Amino acid sequence: MRAPLGRYVVRRLLYALPTLLGVTLAVFLLVRLIPGDPARLIAGLLASDDEVQRLRVELGLDRPMPEQYARFLASVLAGNFGLSAVTRTPVIEEIGIRMRATLTLAVTSTALAVAAGLSAGVLAAAYHNTAVDYAVMMAALGGVSVPVFWLGIMLMLLFAVHLHWVPAGGSGTPAHLILPAVTLAAFSTAIVARMTRGSLLETLNLDFVRTARAKGIGEGAVIIRHALRNALIPVVTVVGLQFGTLLGGAVLTETTFAWPGLGRLLVSAITARDYPVIQGIVIVFAAMFVVVNLVTDLLYVAVDPRIRYG
Amino acid sequence: MSPSTRASDTDKGVRSTIPSAGRSAWDRLRRRRTAAAGLVVLGMLLASSLAAPLLMGDPDAVDFAAVLQSPSPAHPLGTDQLGRDLLTRVIYGGRISFLIGALAVLLALAAGIPVGVISGYAGGTVDLLVQRGVDLLLAFPGFLLALTLIAVLGVGVTNVVVSVAVAAIPVYVRLVRGATLVIREQTYIEAARALGAGDRAIILRHVLPNCLTPLIVQSTLQLGAAILTAAGLGFLGLGVRPPTPEWGTMLGEGQTYLLSYWFIATFPGLAIFLVVMAFNLVGDGLRDALDPRAGARG
Repeated sequence: MRAPLGRYVVRRLLYALPTLLGVTLAVFLLVRLIPGDPARLIAGLLASDDEVQRLRVELGLDRPMPEQYARFLASVLAGNFGLSAVTRTPVIEEIGIRMRATLTLAVTSTALAVAAGLSAGVLAAAYHNTAVDYAVMMAALGGVSVPVFWLGIMLMLLFAVHLHWVPAGGSGTPAHLILPAVTLAAFSTAIVARMTRGSLLETLNLDFVRTARAKGIGEGAVIIRHALRNALIPVVTVVGLQFGTLLGGAVLTETTFAWPGLGRLLVSAITARDYPVIQGIVIVFAAMFVVVNLVTDLLYVAVDPRIRYG
Repeated sequence: MSPSTRASDTDKGVRSTIPSAGRSAWDRLRRRRTAAAGLVVLGMLLASSLAAPLLMGDPDAVDFAAVLQSPSPAHPLGTDQLGRDLLTRVIYGGRISFLIGALAVLLALAAGIPVGVISGYAGGTVDLLVQRGVDLLLAFPGFLLALTLIAVLGVGVTNVVVSVAVAAIPVYVRLVRGATLVIREQTYIEAARALGAGDRAIILRHVLPNCLTPLIVQSTLQLGAAILTAAGLGFLGLGVRPPTPEWGTMLGEGQTYLLSYWFIATFPGLAIFLVVMAFNLVGDGLRDALDPRAGARG
């Protein structure tokens, strides 16, 4: 019985496409909303009048809007985001160079958040209404409330400046990754812990768990082997949704720790009004988020034990 | 259960389904106490912000004879790189943060409520178009959306408010649309219609009052989120312009000194942390108090 799953996957893929198209359209329109001559904006302040004129013709900025968008979309699909208005290098190259740093940070933080959040959530549920539960919930409240850049600065002051355990910023060694990854993971860890706890507490009240207990299985085994698999379902969804917050947090974390990723490039591009770079990074970030949500939805089907596909 | 029904569940519905924690009376009591603590903290911070001009001196008063001084009786939180008193600036910073948070949430409500009601009430093509628009906004991670709008609009208080508000609109549209869809199908709405009530009357007298509870809860949480986003923009140098004492801007402005002078790094951030935590506590408490059946995020 593979057909229904196949159909679902295809449908979900088709559903993501208009969103991605919409993202490119939104970015296209936004940059054209900026008052002033778009050719001048895209060429940058350093460009000569000749260059601006050449760009205007090249990008078809003298043509009607729909045609302009079609051209824009065609180049984006071909991986051509134009030249940086500041450095004159292709935007796609700049993105490529920075992409790895951002992915390393985001993936490490997600892994940390899942590991720490799940453990904390399970502990809180297992010791419901005890000091353990209370401590986990307080920590989670802190995690969702703390400004990520301030947490980064505080961790730097403590672990880099005072204790000299890790470097304060920059990149290159695994030790450089520790503080940024922990900082960025804080919010997601808190959300995962809350969700795991809530979901597990609810599952522990269900009939099949009562049956397992009645069979004489120990409480630890009941939680780990029976309840957790069911409780994980909403957690998977929340990890996917968290990825968006994580990308936003990455912009702040990268800036705090001088981490050479896309987020820091985006901030410097905004400061320098380098619109081709801004366009490129925003599209890449949104595309990453859409793809992660797509994968999450598919994973969701995979972990739900109530559904059996072939 | 057939796979196709489950599959359609995953599209939208399940995302908003948050499990409610199994809770005891003790649990509820504890929450109410923490919510009260949040309320007290908020009240104190709000009062000191409002009374700032009466209590404190000029937040922009530069004193080159007292640059980067550690906390002392004269300057309880120390001074910054321009010799400005940090306590004065942190307290004045509350005015900016509360103002930005409140305006952004009001703006998001003003846009989100009508769009949500129309989307849910009209249904059909209108609903479809609105929902695709919401999907599009949600395709951008929230902070990134605000950042992108700042890139287009430029920095400054007004643009920060607009950017933060736009990022919050989809939440309200979804919430109000969902409530409208449920209420529209109720028998008493049918009865009201049979008695000759027009759409306008039904929306104003039945639909909106029913959305009030979730809107209040959401807005309380959103106030904290808005302040956090605005502070993030300020930290990046893309929010409120210096020398305005916005908390995030203060951290961004003192970036060079953050690791050498702990008090410059600590206090403005601590203020953001406290305010956001207080809004979260009050929001969670309100949710429990107003709607015990609603899901608990923690």
